[in-house]
Order: sequence, then C-alpha cells, then structure tokens
Amino acid sequence: MHHSDRDPPALRRRTLLRALAGAGALGALPALGGCGTDLRNDPRRVTMAFNRVEDMELAGMDDLLDVFHAATDYTVEVDNFEPNSYQESINNYLQGTPDDVVAWFGGYRLRFFAERGLISDLSHLWDGPLADSFSQAHKELCTGGDGKQYLVPYYSYPWAFYYRPSLFAENGYEPPATRAELLDLCERMRGDGLEPIGYGNREGWPAMGTFDHLNLRINGPEFHTDLANGDAAWDGPEVREVFSAWAELLPHHQPDPLGRSFDEAQAALMRKECGMLLAGLFVAQALPEDEADDLDFFVFPEYDPAVGTGAVEAPTDGFMLSANPRNPEGAEALLTHIGGLEAQELYADSDPQALPAHVDTDTARFNDLERKALELIDGAESVTQFLDRDTRPDFAAVVAIPAFQRFLRQPDDIREITSDLERQKRSVFG
Amino acid sequence: MNTTTTAPAELGTAAGAEQTDTPRRRLRPGRVVLHVFLITTALAWFFPVLWAVVNSFRDYEHTAVHGYLSPGGFTLDNYAQAWTQGEMPQYFLNSLIITVPAVLLTLFLSSCAAFVLSHHSRRFNLVMLAVFLAANLLPPQALLVPLFRLYTSIPLPYWISSSGSLYDSHLGIVLIHVAFQIGFCTFVLSNFMKALPTSLLEAARVDGATVFQQYWRVVLPLCRPSLAALATLLVTWVYNDFFWSLALLSSGDKLPITTALQNLQGSFFIDHNLLSAGSVLVALPTLVIFFLLQRHFVAGLTLGASKE
Amino acid sequence: MAPHGTSPPSPSRPPSAPAAKRRRPRPRTGGTLRNSRGDRITVALMLGVPAALVLGLVWLPALATVVLSFTRWDGIGGLETVEWIGVQNYVDAFTIYPPFGPALSNNLIWLVVLFTVPTVLGMFLAVLLDRQLRGGALYQSIFYMPVVLSLALIGFIWQLIYSRDQGLLNAFLAFAADAPPVDWFGDPDLNLYAVLVAAGWRHTGYIMLLYLAGLKAVDPTLREAAAIDGAGPVRTFTSVVFPALLPINLVVIVVTVIDALRAFDIVWVINRGRNGLELISALVTQNVIGEASRVGFGSALAVIMLLISVVFIVVYVSTMLRGASR
Repeated sequence: MHHSDRDPPALRRRTLLRALAGAGALGALPALGGCGTDLRNDPRRVTMAFNRVEDMELAGMDDLLDVFHAATDYTVEVDNFEPNSYQESINNYLQGTPDDVVAWFGGYRLRFFAERGLISDLSHLWDGPLADSFSQAHKELCTGGDGKQYLVPYYSYPWAFYYRPSLFAENGYEPPATRAELLDLCERMRGDGLEPIGYGNREGWPAMGTFDHLNLRINGPEFHTDLANGDAAWDGPEVREVFSAWAELLPHHQPDPLGRSFDEAQAALMRKECGMLLAGLFVAQALPEDEADDLDFFVFPEYDPAVGTGAVEAPTDGFMLSANPRNPEGAEALLTHIGGLEAQELYADSDPQALPAHVDTDTARFNDLERKALELIDGAESVTQFLDRDTRPDFAAVVAIPAFQRFLRQPDDIREITSDLERQKRSVFG
Repeated sequence: MNTTTTAPAELGTAAGAEQTDTPRRRLRPGRVVLHVFLITTALAWFFPVLWAVVNSFRDYEHTAVHGYLSPGGFTLDNYAQAWTQGEMPQYFLNSLIITVPAVLLTLFLSSCAAFVLSHHSRRFNLVMLAVFLAANLLPPQALLVPLFRLYTSIPLPYWISSSGSLYDSHLGIVLIHVAFQIGFCTFVLSNFMKALPTSLLEAARVDGATVFQQYWRVVLPLCRPSLAALATLLVTWVYNDFFWSLALLSSGDKLPITTALQNLQGSFFIDHNLLSAGSVLVALPTLVIFFLLQRHFVAGLTLGASKE
Repeated sequence: MAPHGTSPPSPSRPPSAPAAKRRRPRPRTGGTLRNSRGDRITVALMLGVPAALVLGLVWLPALATVVLSFTRWDGIGGLETVEWIGVQNYVDAFTIYPPFGPALSNNLIWLVVLFTVPTVLGMFLAVLLDRQLRGGALYQSIFYMPVVLSLALIGFIWQLIYSRDQGLLNAFLAFAADAPPVDWFGDPDLNLYAVLVAAGWRHTGYIMLLYLAGLKAVDPTLREAAAIDGAGPVRTFTSVVFPALLPINLVVIVVTVIDALRAFDIVWVINRGRNGLELISALVTQNVIGEASRVGFGSALAVIMLLISVVFIVVYVSTMLRGASR
C-alpha cells in the first residue's frame, strides 16, 4: 500500500468539511420555499386535537362542528388521537407543533402546563361569553396557579361501581352501602359462582381507581389532595390503612388482574361473568345496543361514617388553547362554541359517557343512568380527578403504577411498598 | 460462493442427486429420526402463524361461547372489520410513504459513500466505516431526547409537513431510518466495490467519464445483486419499525401500520379474532416479500459472509 | 426497531479460504478519482451528505444524551431551564429506582436465554440442514420465516396463545390436564420467559441462517479428508467444522448481545415494560417519552445502556473492519 503522496486530493479534510456544511444547508433549504401553499395561514381554518376515537365520540364531535361551521363559517380540521398514547405524549406534543385547540383534562397537569407557558390564558372567555356557564367546582378545576382559567370544560364522567341490574334482580342482590355490606355481597356472589369485582390492570392505571376510592372513603378528599400534591406521607398510617382495606377486597376481584386489560374486564361485566366493576361512566359505551337500560351504578360504599360518601371522583375533560395558535380568533370562537349549552348537549346525545359540564344542562334529554350520574356530580360534596390527573405525571407513571402493580402480586408487602413510595416521592417532587 | 442464495433450487438438485447416486437407497434409521425431528420442529415453528391465520377466520360470537377448540364458526367478517374499523388503508399508505423513500435514499447515499470509501486511503476509509457501522448498532433510545429537540426545532413548510416541523412528519421518520441504516449498507457495498477490478474504472476514465458517471454507469450496475439483497432487507426493517414512529410521530393518522396496530388495542383486544385478522394483514407484506424474494433476503442477511 | 443486531455477519474471512485469494488485487487508491474541480465537489458530496446524516442524526444526539444525563430537566422550555446535578441521576438509578435492578437482571436473563436456547438450537438446525436433504429448503424457509415479522407483531401473535382468559395455551391445559388458568403475561415470575419463547422463536431462525452461511464456507475438501481419515460426523464437526465457524461465532455473540440489549417492541406492546417485563430500553422510553418527561434521569439510563453496548460495538466493528481491510 503506497498512498502517501497520492491520496486523491478530492477528499482533503477541508473539502469534507465544506461538504458537511453544504449538506446542512441542503437540509435547511426546504424551509425557505413553498410558503405559498401554506394552508395554516387560512384565516377561516382552525385546527383541533381530539383524544377520542370511538364512533359515537367522533359522531358527536362532527355534529358539534357542523353547527359551528354553519354559524361562523370557520372550517375545523380535527386530528384524532388514541387516548392512552395521547396522554403519554402530551408533554412532547404541546412543545412540538400543537393544534390550535387541544383536548385535555382538569387538574394538576393543567396547572403544570399553564405554569410552563405551554397553553394560553382563557380567563377573558370565562369572564365574557362563558360567564355563569359552569359551577364553581368546575371553575377551580380549570384554574391555574396564577388564578387564571386555562380550560373550557366539556364533560365529566363519574366513577362508581357499575353493575347489570338484570343480574342483581336474578340473584336478589342489593347495592351495598357500607364496607360490611360490600364484603357480604362479594361473598354471596362467590357462592353463586360469580367473580364479584371485575379487574383488568395490565395497563397499570386502572388500579389507581381502587386506591383513590378507598383513600377517599377512609381518609377523605383533603388527604387525597395532600397526597397528590406530595405534601402527605405515603408511608404513614393513613396510606397503610388504604392498602390494608385493598388487601381485604383483593380476593374478591377477578384473579390475575395484571395479565388482563381493562377492556377485557369490561367485557366480563357485559357478559355477566363478574358482578360489578369499578369504572367511569365510559363503560356505558361497551353496552350492547339492545340492552341499553341494563346498566346501573352505586357509589363506592362508606368505609368510615365520619368521612361518608360525599366525595365523587369525576374526571373532567375539556379543551385548551395552545401557546401559539395559528388562528387565535377562530380558536377562541371554537372554544366559546364548545363551552356553550347547545354544543355540549348535542355532543352528549351521541356519547353516552358524556355529561355536559354546563350548569343549565337540561336533564330531561338524558336516560335514567345519565341523569343519575349527573345528579351524583351535582350533589357531590367534593369532586376529585383521577390520581394520574391530580398529581405529577412522572410520579403517577413511573412510581405509583409500578408500586400498585407490585402490591397486586404481593399484597403482604404493604410496609415495604409504602416506604418505597415515600422515598421515590421525595426524589420526584425534589 | 454463497450457496445459501440458491436455497430454493437446492430441493431439486438434492432429490436428483439422491436418485442418481444411490438408486435403491436403504432408508437409514438415522435419516428417519432426522426427518421426524425436523418435521416436528418445523410444525411447531409454523404453528403460531397458522394459529393466527385460523383464528382470523373464526366468528367471535362462536368462539366466545364454544371456545377456540370447538369446530365451526368460520367467517370472513374479521378481515372486513379490521380493514375498515382499523382504518388500515390509511396506515398501509403511511407505511408505503415512509418505506419506499427511506429504502431508495439509503441505497443511493450508502452506495455513494461506499464508492468514495472504496477508492480512498486505507486509514481514512477505516475510520469512516467505523463511524458508519457503529452508528447502526447504537440503541435508538440513546438518541431520543436530543433528536426530539432537534426535530421540533427544524421548521418545514406546510407542503412537506403539516406539523410545520420535522417532528411529526414522514420526512423525519425517513431521515432517521436513512441515518441509521446507511452504516450497514455502506459497509457491505464498500466491501463489494473493493473487490471489483480496477481496470473497469480506468477504462471509463480514459473515456473521459466524470466521477459521478464512473459511479452511476460503471460501478452501480455491477452492484445490482447486492443492492437487491439490501433493498429486501431494508424494506422489512423499515416496515417493521415500531420505535421511531412511536417516538417521533404524534398524529394518529400519520402512523405506519406496525405502530398503529398498538393503537387498535382498545377495540381489538377483547376480540382476539379481530386481532388475528389485523395481525395477519400487517404481516402479509413482509411475508409476501419474503416468499417472493427469499433468495435476496437470505443473501442480504448473510451478505458479509458471501463477499470474500 | 428495524435493524437490531440484524447487522450482517461478515466473518473476516473463512480461515479455510485458499491462501491464493489473499492476493486479491487491491484497489489502487491513488489517482483513481480525477482531480478536476467538479469531480472534487462530487466526491465531497457523495461522502459528505451520508456522513452529515450519520453524524448529525445519530452521533450528535448520542453525545448530547450523555451531557443531559448530568442534569435535571423535565424537557419543557428552553435549555436555560436545565439544572446541573452531577451524577445524582446515576446514584438515584442504582439506589431508589425499584425497576432498575429488575431491568438489569431481565436484560441479563434475556441475553443468557437467547444464548443458551435459540443460539444452540439455531446452530444445531444449521448443521442438520447443511447437507443435501429432501425438503431442506422448505425447512429453512419455515425456520426463518419469523425473522421477517416485527417483534411488535410477534407480541400480538403470541398474545393469542398466552392470553389468560382466551388464549390457546390455557384452553389446552384445561382440556388436557384440567389445569387452572395460568396468567402467562401477568405473572411477573413467568411473563419474561413466556415473552422469551416468542423472542427466541424469531431469534433461532436468524442464528440458523448465520451458521448456514458460515457452514457453506467450510471447505468441502477438508471434510472429505476428515471422512477419509475415518472421522465420524461428531468428530468432523468438532475438529473441522466448528473451528471454521469461529468468525461466525463472534458475529453471533455480538448480534445476540445487541439484540438482548435493544429488546423493546415486544414488551412495550404487552404492558409497557412493567411488572416483570422491565427492560432498560423500556425504562428509558417510559422516562423520556412517556408521561413522565424525566429527561435527565431517562438520559442517565440511556447512557448506561450506551456504555454496555459500546463495549460490544467496538469488538464487533474492529473485527468486521479487520476483515474488510485485509
């Protein structure tokens, strides 16, 4: 090999560097051209991210947008996202190039987004066209740490034990009101060859429902908030008491929840293989059409008379305005429309899980189940969100879910699990 | 060498050879055991795919009641339902939009790089090849955060990316695939090009061909078998990618089919027959490529080994 | 993840290759490319564009990840919100992050199982099929068919077999042995192995293919010589064939290590890499693109992953290039 002085001059280092720079410029080139066809600057066009994909949800949104289009001549382009992936990627999504109007939830993370400047202030809508449209509880849910509003609430859906009345009638079961009655009912169901409580927890989040409800019944809603904010201790007697109650209830759940998806548990309720299921009103979506009135719920039973059952877990969905909307006027017109009574009722007609957030909602248009759910929320002493909406997402996803899953397979390790939770909480909340 | 590439032809020659060599060959017990073992293992290997195919034709109402080990209850509806309810046409189109440019671009750029490197000094050549080849082996997770920031900060006009940036655009996915795969392809192609007789290029140069003409007219046509093998491999790799689309796309309607399948879990998971039909549809393109182009596929996987 | 370790084997050179081949005419390196200005630019672009892509989209981000691993950052806002915390993330990973230990050991188990079962089985199948055999091509096709399926899809296909309530395996066990249902994907003591069966199903075919290629390269005259010497098939294998496979063995080792380290898709589609299926790749993803956005912490996990793989990448690349440059 003798290349010493005969290296092809073509590739001297400087040439290579020049080529690298050229390649970089090439990459930037497309950015310079082609703005002429940019639909984004169309003043009649508004974009929106919607995290629901079921047919009935899409149909409801179509109806709502048709009315909007007819009234204002704005065209709304909807991006649909699968709910779980959406929730997981929302941080990145909001920092990327989000749509003008963005679906999201009330609670901790809304405040977090507001604080980090990822969404826009909507308080002028709340003080203007949307004044007196929503309850004080909803207003608080939509308010950031700075006292301004950042979300237009759309609908809520309460969590409770859902069951099939036909199955209860057949076996003479009564909805339980207390801890003892609940355990009693479970025993009876087992005697009748039923799995008392459906359970599917492969995704991780459903277990938070059990934890939240036991915690609300045993320690009350203020403690729930303290815990979610990182102020209360996870290894104190309060949380250990919750886990003990959970351990007591665990044998009455479908076995092996970690291998079963929540949808499968829901299917078990529909097939009447299990007696009840702790879920949101969204289970109504899975109901076969010809059995539309064969679903009812009872609130999570009382565990401590001093605490009662006044706290309702009712996650609220709504829409935010992204930080730099391409069409702010159109987006605000759309948000005002979404916050209006007509739009909310129109959507609720299609989607059985949606209970309009608007205070003037006419309950006459709902079926018995929806009316009962709406009354439950209206009569609630306090409304909480789901744990993953009420606390830091890194704590919920990276710490709480694995800990709850570990508890489900080792319910005897309460002491160790709770100390682990507390230690990680300190690290996460810093 | 590389007899593996002639695998499909082997069946015929093998049978022929046995007949001519030993016309009345005794059935040796060893052979019987061997074939019994191979047949059993092959059946076991084929079974999961077969099971998915069989399930995909079963009616959910039937299997939910009678179980999967019962006879009857066959239907084609699962395919129709998976196709429409799963919005598969859109996702297949996305896969196509990503795969074809990614493969062509990778082959073009890596053959360019290989052409230069195969005619360059040894040390420089080695360093560059090491940089290229090692990149191909890095864990993708290790690049994720900075890549995400990079992608969101590179603006693109609307006609290229409706998101306005490289993030959440098909172009972004194509580019990361190209960047990741160039290393391997460059390595293989440069090995091949180095083995070409230099007289060819000298002749072209005497005829006054430019460097690009030497590459495009002389070297590239000779690389056709390698390019075909690499193309087959690349198509399956890019089509099968799950991670990059998960990480760098946010709009559901931009996902390629492999990643989109996960989003169908909700509606699909309670109905395993529907899930089977969906899986079979997703597997179909790679399986078709595999059975049609098996020769290239095998050659691709064993490329390095066959070049000396 | 497309490529995985699927990078090809390129054993430096089958040791049995005739020595004469070693004098393959070396491409002349000087003066091959013309010195005109246009050609110089062409050449620079031909190498520069691919190099820019690889450096800019792979190496640069990898280096940036290393830097980020020393910070606390939620990934929101500009770089000014980054907080430097030294090696705290690494300390946290090893001390107060419960999934980390299981992830390390699961990755190790993944590696050991891939080495023992699919690698050995793949080699065995290759030896069996490396001869004139009726139906040999058909067997080969069946064994490496899973290689063309994505691991995500394999997760779905095996779900049909493993599902607790609807899967074939439990139905069969109940039917044949009246056994109670087993929670194959939910039981953290079992699910890793259940998943490994599926991953091994794919890996075996790939390994078989690599060894088949290696075996084809074994000089047949050596075997004939061994046969004439009266060596049986086992002796022939141990004394002639296996030594010839050494370069392939190295490739197989690296491919398997990288595959074990990069394993991700299949556990992610099953349960997002939790509850017994923790893998480092899944933990990084959870922390970085999941809801959490613990960018600094996730980067530290990624760097640990990077360090392990770099060791093997160096071995692999240097071996490949030694072969290529000879």
